[in-house]
Amino acid sequence: MELTRRDAVAALTAVGGVATAGVGLSRLQSEGPSGDPEESLPPDQHVKESMVAIAEVVYPTEVSGIEPFVEEFLDSRLEREDHARGVRASVAELEDRAESWHGGPVTELSRETREQLLREVSAHTVDEHPTGTTAERMRYYVVNELLLALYASTKGGKLVGLENPQGHPGGTESYQQGPP
Amino acid sequence: MSSTDRTPVETADLCIVGAGPAGALIADRLASEFEVVVLDAGPRFEDESRLQRQKRAIRPFFDRPAVWDSDPERDAHSASGEWFYPLNHTRVKGIGGSTLHWQGMVMRLHEDDFNSGSERGVGPDWPIEYEDLRPYYADAEREIGVSGAEDNPFAPPRENRFPMPAFRPSYSDSLFAEACEELEITMHSVPNARNSESYDDRSECVGYGTCQPVCPTGAKYDATVHIDRAESKGATIIDRAQVQRLEHTADEIRAAVYATPDGIEHRQTADAFVLACGGVETPRLLLLSESPEYPDGLANSSGLVGQYFMDHLFAGAGGVLDERTRQNHVGFFTSESHQFYDEADEEIGPFKLEFSNYAGPSPVELALTGDDWGDDLLERLRADYGNHIAVRGLVEQLPREDSYVGLDPDRTDNHGNPVPDVHWNVGDRALRTIERANEIQHDILEELGAEITWTAGPENTGPTYHHMGTTRMGTDPAESVVDPALQTHDLDNCWIASSSVFPTGGAFNPTLTIAALSLRAADTVEGFLAKQPSSKLAD
Ligand SMILES: Cc1cc2nc3c(=O)[nH]c(=O)nc-3n(C[C@H](O)[C@H](O)[C@H](O)COP(=O)(O)OP(=O)(O)OC[C@H]3O[C@@H](n4cnc5c(N)ncnc54)[C@H](O)[C@@H]3O)c2cc1C
Ligand code: SF4
Repeated sequence: MELTRRDAVAALTAVGGVATAGVGLSRLQSEGPSGDPEESLPPDQHVKESMVAIAEVVYPTEVSGIEPFVEEFLDSRLEREDHARGVRASVAELEDRAESWHGGPVTELSRETREQLLREVSAHTVDEHPTGTTAERMRYYVVNELLLALYASTKGGKLVGLENPQGHPGGTESYQQGPP
Repeated sequence: MSSTDRTPVETADLCIVGAGPAGALIADRLASEFEVVVLDAGPRFEDESRLQRQKRAIRPFFDRPAVWDSDPERDAHSASGEWFYPLNHTRVKGIGGSTLHWQGMVMRLHEDDFNSGSERGVGPDWPIEYEDLRPYYADAEREIGVSGAEDNPFAPPRENRFPMPAFRPSYSDSLFAEACEELEITMHSVPNARNSESYDDRSECVGYGTCQPVCPTGAKYDATVHIDRAESKGATIIDRAQVQRLEHTADEIRAAVYATPDGIEHRQTADAFVLACGGVETPRLLLLSESPEYPDGLANSSGLVGQYFMDHLFAGAGGVLDERTRQNHVGFFTSESHQFYDEADEEIGPFKLEFSNYAGPSPVELALTGDDWGDDLLERLRADYGNHIAVRGLVEQLPREDSYVGLDPDRTDNHGNPVPDVHWNVGDRALRTIERANEIQHDILEELGAEITWTAGPENTGPTYHHMGTTRMGTDPAESVVDPALQTHDLDNCWIASSSVFPTGGAFNPTLTIAALSLRAADTVEGFLAKQPSSKLAD
């Protein structure tokens, strides 16, 4: 199944990533590790490339078009300051581990090694937590961020047999229809 | 008023405490004629934050109270009854109140619900009849915006059509329909407080499927609709204004004393007061306002403030079919059966059946938990989603002396006030009714050929988040807290708008009845204010 940029825009509505600049969101408890905002965190393009590499692990093999989907999705997500800081910091940490354990950036590791890396940081065994341990933050900002984008989109839902998944404004027709 | 000016309004005619549907509807009704001020303990949530809140609803890290910023200190509570009561899962504090989180099923009570004692042999009768409330039910349906149809043969009489057409039945309803036909169980539509077409400048439902706890579009009614409208008519809305106590004489309330986030206490005076803080905080506020005149709590000469706390109980069963059931597309129900409701008697209470449209897990939520990803995850999702089916139900519980809301002297909130103690107990009639509902639910599932995988029965039932009974309505001041017009027996200028006035609960979700009672009370409050020399109207 081919993902597109358009699917990513639809997925964004599910995760509140559409531009709502500032107003109101300040009322939400701030997400993301606090700390020095000036500290050097990876730039957008780097984050996107690493996230695409991880998406290739956590998305099922039958989806294609991962790169434009993830890039479009992150475009808006990275505009949300608090959240973006969490994503950037988690990607930076993951890159750190990749470098020290496997001798290169995530994007240059084989798919198998990328998966091994995720398991080495224990991202599969923990529950997500935006301010928790490295593993919990990895689960929150990297793995679950990507899974939410896919499975709250109509394409991701269709993989499971549900073209209007929770979080997708897919109208009021599909619930009335029988299985295809 | 700017959202940060939280000072009192000097010339208020009416002060309403609580900006849920009860308070909001009255504020809207009276705001063009009178100087109205509404105080609410919680914040005003920006509409723009709703998509973020939806994310919280889906992501496993956030629990339900976090979706609408429940504050553990402000909302601290105890539960000393035999049955634990998860209070902060059952309410929202803020402009809009608990309707921000609610499901939005809105039924009228049946005629017998108003006469439980005489028709069913248990519990008190209400001091009013269905006929007294009937025009206000119609009014409430218009105000809230209800989608419904007249296909329910068990519903009480109505003369008007619903404001919007009902949502069409779901695919899974059609599976149930075959089984129910075989069992001679009649299914019918569900009145929903959500727009099947655009209504009152609000969008039609777009199928986000997260209605409970947040509808990002506003297609599901919430009380911000009437707060906004009241404000546009001149009402003053003060958020984050926690009312601490009510200053009073023996006959009337003088001021609502409220604390704002800057730590300052203010006094809001007014000619009349409406208490609309929900079925737990309303009795708590009265109990907190005790004085030499009212040593057991304000307006509590009867001793019944806080007594007879009731909720509806959940009864349900579900399982899997060997075919696709198409669940989790939308977050609301399209079919119910009220066929067994009026069979209620002393032994078995009224109950209703709901045919679920979201049985089983939601794939996106499943995807975010578990220790797999990639192809393994997809395989798990495919195995777990697709074939679930469920019939749910609501059951009446009777008022009981050992079920009440009190104050916990050992625990205080963010302002040092004793927290509410929801001491909840449930009697045998409710448990028998759950069993009866389960029997029918099992019959339906078996007729469908389902493998039954879970049952919520008498052993593992739970509350359905409706707080009733704690300031009971009646004609005898020794046996009730408010009169049939919702005015307190003890005080000349105080009304209570809430399901706390319900003498019995029936088995329907309460909010349409809360709305109808509130609109009816608004008429009396209006009459009272019109006679006050200081009112805006008299100027
Ligand atoms: C998950 C869920 C699902 C529900 N589904 C349904 C449904 O399908 N159908 C239905 O009919 N009902 C449903 N309900 C119940 C429904 O939400 C309530 O019946 C309704 O909101 C009650 O209205 P209210 O105005 O009396 O109180 P609320 O809506 O609870 O509002 C009370 C307000 O008072 C404020 N307040 C409290 N104490 C103070 C104080 N000391 N000072 C100032 N302000 C104060 C609170 O902040 C709050 O905003 C549901 C509830 C929940 C939680
Ligand atoms: S299904 Fe409809 S009512 Fe429910 S959240 Fe979505 S848009 Fe709102």
